[in-house]
Amino acid sequence: MNLCVDIRKNTYYDSVALMLITKEIKKMPKVKDVIVGMGTELNKELTENLGLSNDAIKGLTPNDFFIAVASDEENTLKTIVKKVDELLNTKTDYDDSALEYKPTTLNAAVKHFQEANMAVISLPGKYAAYEAKKALNNNLHVMLFSDNVTVEEEIELKEIGRDKGLLVMGPDCGTAIINGVPLCFANVVRHGNIGIVGASGTGTQEITVIIDKLGGGVSQVIGTGGRDLKSEVGGIMMLEGFKALIDDEETKVIVLISKPPAPEVAEKILNMVKTTDKPVIASFIGGDRCEIEKHGAYSSVNLEDAARKAVLLSEGKKIDDFTDFTLAEEEIEEIVQEECKKFSSDQKYLRALYTGGTLADEAMKMLGKEGYRINSNIPLSPELKLKDIHKSVEHTCIDLGDDDFTVGKPHPMIDPVGRVERLPKEALDDEVAIVLMDFVLGFGSNIDPAGEMLEAIKDAKKTMEDKNKYLCVIGYVCGTEGDPQNYKEQSEKLESAGVILMPSNAQAVKLSSLILRRLNKL
Amino acid sequence: MTEINKLFSKKLSVINMGLESFHKDLKQQNVQSMHVNWRPPTEASIKLSVLEDENISEKIESANKEALKRLLAAEPIIVGIGTAGTHIPGMTKKTILHAGPPIAWEEMSEPLRGAIVGGLIYEKLVSNEEEGRKLAASGEIIFDSCHHHSTVGPMAGVVTNSMPVWILQNKAFGNFAYCTLNEGLGKVLRFGAFSPEVIDRLNWMERVLAPVLKEAMEIKVSIDLKTIIAQSLQMGDEGHNRNKAGTSLLFRELAPCIVKTKYSNEEKAQVLTFIDKNDHFFLNVSMPACKCSLDPLRDIPNSTVVYTMSRNGTNFGIRVSGTGDEWFTAPCELVNGLYFPGFEESDANPDIGDSCITETAGIGGFAMATAPAIVQFVGGTPKDAINYTTSMYEITCAENKTFKIPNINFRGTPTGIDLRKVIETRILPVINTGIACNRAGVGQVGAGIVHPPMKCFEDALTSFIKKTVE
Repeated sequence: MNLCVDIRKNTYYDSVALMLITKEIKKMPKVKDVIVGMGTELNKELTENLGLSNDAIKGLTPNDFFIAVASDEENTLKTIVKKVDELLNTKTDYDDSALEYKPTTLNAAVKHFQEANMAVISLPGKYAAYEAKKALNNNLHVMLFSDNVTVEEEIELKEIGRDKGLLVMGPDCGTAIINGVPLCFANVVRHGNIGIVGASGTGTQEITVIIDKLGGGVSQVIGTGGRDLKSEVGGIMMLEGFKALIDDEETKVIVLISKPPAPEVAEKILNMVKTTDKPVIASFIGGDRCEIEKHGAYSSVNLEDAARKAVLLSEGKKIDDFTDFTLAEEEIEEIVQEECKKFSSDQKYLRALYTGGTLADEAMKMLGKEGYRINSNIPLSPELKLKDIHKSVEHTCIDLGDDDFTVGKPHPMIDPVGRVERLPKEALDDEVAIVLMDFVLGFGSNIDPAGEMLEAIKDAKKTMEDKNKYLCVIGYVCGTEGDPQNYKEQSEKLESAGVILMPSNAQAVKLSSLILRRLNKL
Repeated sequence: MTEINKLFSKKLSVINMGLESFHKDLKQQNVQSMHVNWRPPTEASIKLSVLEDENISEKIESANKEALKRLLAAEPIIVGIGTAGTHIPGMTKKTILHAGPPIAWEEMSEPLRGAIVGGLIYEKLVSNEEEGRKLAASGEIIFDSCHHHSTVGPMAGVVTNSMPVWILQNKAFGNFAYCTLNEGLGKVLRFGAFSPEVIDRLNWMERVLAPVLKEAMEIKVSIDLKTIIAQSLQMGDEGHNRNKAGTSLLFRELAPCIVKTKYSNEEKAQVLTFIDKNDHFFLNVSMPACKCSLDPLRDIPNSTVVYTMSRNGTNFGIRVSGTGDEWFTAPCELVNGLYFPGFEESDANPDIGDSCITETAGIGGFAMATAPAIVQFVGGTPKDAINYTTSMYEITCAENKTFKIPNINFRGTPTGIDLRKVIETRILPVINTGIACNRAGVGQVGAGIVHPPMKCFEDALTSFIKKTVE
């Protein structure tokens, strides 16, 4: 086995692009181990671990590009270099982006593009705040997708934003829809009169998608990033966004989405409810319902319920809590009975493999209420923390998008490889009965999330079948008809592999729970 | 109304930094978006913060303003033809000037050595290559950088005592600059060739070309080069690697005066034909025009403007206004370009020549948008040519008031490289250049695009900070 290395000094490519390329290259025949990357400490360590390092690689800087591959064939490196170049230079059909002028600094971009009013920043965390500050100083609104920005930096940025009247969506903000334009991870949602401020990305995606399904539409969807409602940050952006929606003529109903805020932050936000006549739904998932309603806001039992209430209120209709199924009770009962027939007697556990963090959180909260102990990498209480996050035990719900799984890797909504690798492990456990999965569509997400999982699902079902067991796979496709992935095709693919699809995450969880109840006799 | 509510009524226009797929998603939705080709900061760019202190940055700004004032005020004119030994300051019979930063014989690349051998043969100090190499290595010959003698030379840039030279003056400041006469393409001294045909041509240039031009210039008195360069840029030249228009314009200025000289018709015809057949004839006046325009910037304390870029085939060197005569050098890069039939990359010598004085003054590669034909050397499109020029605005201080580019709305060429901006943006100056063969005596093998090594700028920054801040 020989080590072949190709190095290009002072040639910078985005790390995610390179990781996707590495993945493509690994698919090539006769390639065992390969790394295509920049000379970061992390990558250098990776090469070391894979035995792909040499002195030249050790001396690289984060501005140097390299390809390192182990192979016993002489021509492999040549073929790989050719393929890498092809992938790096892939030109898209719809525009001549290869010819577009791309400045190297924000200042230059502002000079070239004076009409710009929004900066979307997804740089590595340690550089992101600096660039975001520059953007604010140039009077640009900011969507800060990056994570690993310190809380001090977040506060500084949001204070600047507040003082200048500018949006600072993030850090770690995945979803926004401004003036009908989905930013980063967002779905194509009908335009309408429901305004949203959301501290959680997939939570916001779930609510907007269901609003669209129910025939409603959104005016503006503002993201804040997950830490906004903690006491340190004090809900600065939730308050600013809320104010803007109150003043926005188009917005008739307002939905606020967050995990339960720090009490004093909740107080501030809820006090603002009194300043407007517009109905406000405070979807503080798992928060204090009385407190919300005391201030004149509507509460919700889950994300779907919040979406449904928003649509009803926007149509001037009366609301009630929704915890049912879209399908008739008898139909659900039939599904449950059909499924339960197929298990063997020792099968009883749920494995939920989520790419959307808030969806995972919602699942655990719903199941927790039913009395299940759900182990997780992001558990509801510390004793449920998995000892080894790569190994599920009993009932387990995993957020594959959590930092535990994404350091140095793209988010599973972009590249679901982590889940593709995880699913077969679950099927090795004889006591597993149900696998629950989300498939998040929309801009930003993988162009074929169903297709990426399909083989793994079929294989897992087969593994169980070979043991005279049955694997029930329940799925939820979080997407709209307008999404670039083709919602219908995605659903059909999954159904053809025997996945039972439900129209919301809450309903998918509830169906799982109904089946589990029979298996566990709770 | 708050800014947020104002945004709701506007069309969203995005600047994207980071994942390019977000930019592509926006484009797909017909949303206006510009992607920033962001790069992580380097050790050098972090050092820049030292210069951001208000006191210091104000000093730098005003020093740079002065530098640009001088550069833009320059009025280069041709005043005559002279001889290196007589006119170039500090020249002796045993002095040989060469392109680029100073370098010892042992470290010189082959094309430069070849040109020096040719120079020694031409000066009749030796009669063949072997003797030439021996004499050059003996220590008897004084080698020095053209730039140290108000001179510039294309490629090897070899200037010996008897060579005829253009005499240029910067009328605004009174300083002079010198350059040999262009020999044409193919096997020529400046590419390291020294065969008898090369020496014969040099002799003819000394015997016929120079005296005719000298008398013609005496009749003409002077030729304003600023106007000619400005016009040639509007005619598809960039003043470095494409000089067709400049040569034609110079020909129009010279021809009537050449006809009026006392020389025979045969000699006059030879001279006119020689100029007409050599597309690069103008290069040897556009280069000293840039040199005498930049020399007044030589020592302006606190200025970060680059006033010299040059290479000797081994090292690339730059000099910065605020650090005076100090050279910052690093090994030359190879040129990315197109090779003449029969040659390939393995025949190429690393980057060589003083000709990137044109880019230093804001033409050449910096004016590529106006000379789209040039970009074909690197397989590019006219849009690429515009992008090259556009990117140079990011590392320069000003736009030229006289040199305008028609197809980007008559914008002035990007002028006055700011060391700080090169470090900050990591955009390196783009240089259009010829490629010399790496074996002495062969000549030009291609042409293309090259960049200075970043190290020159990083070292310059270190020295500048030392001088200015510490």
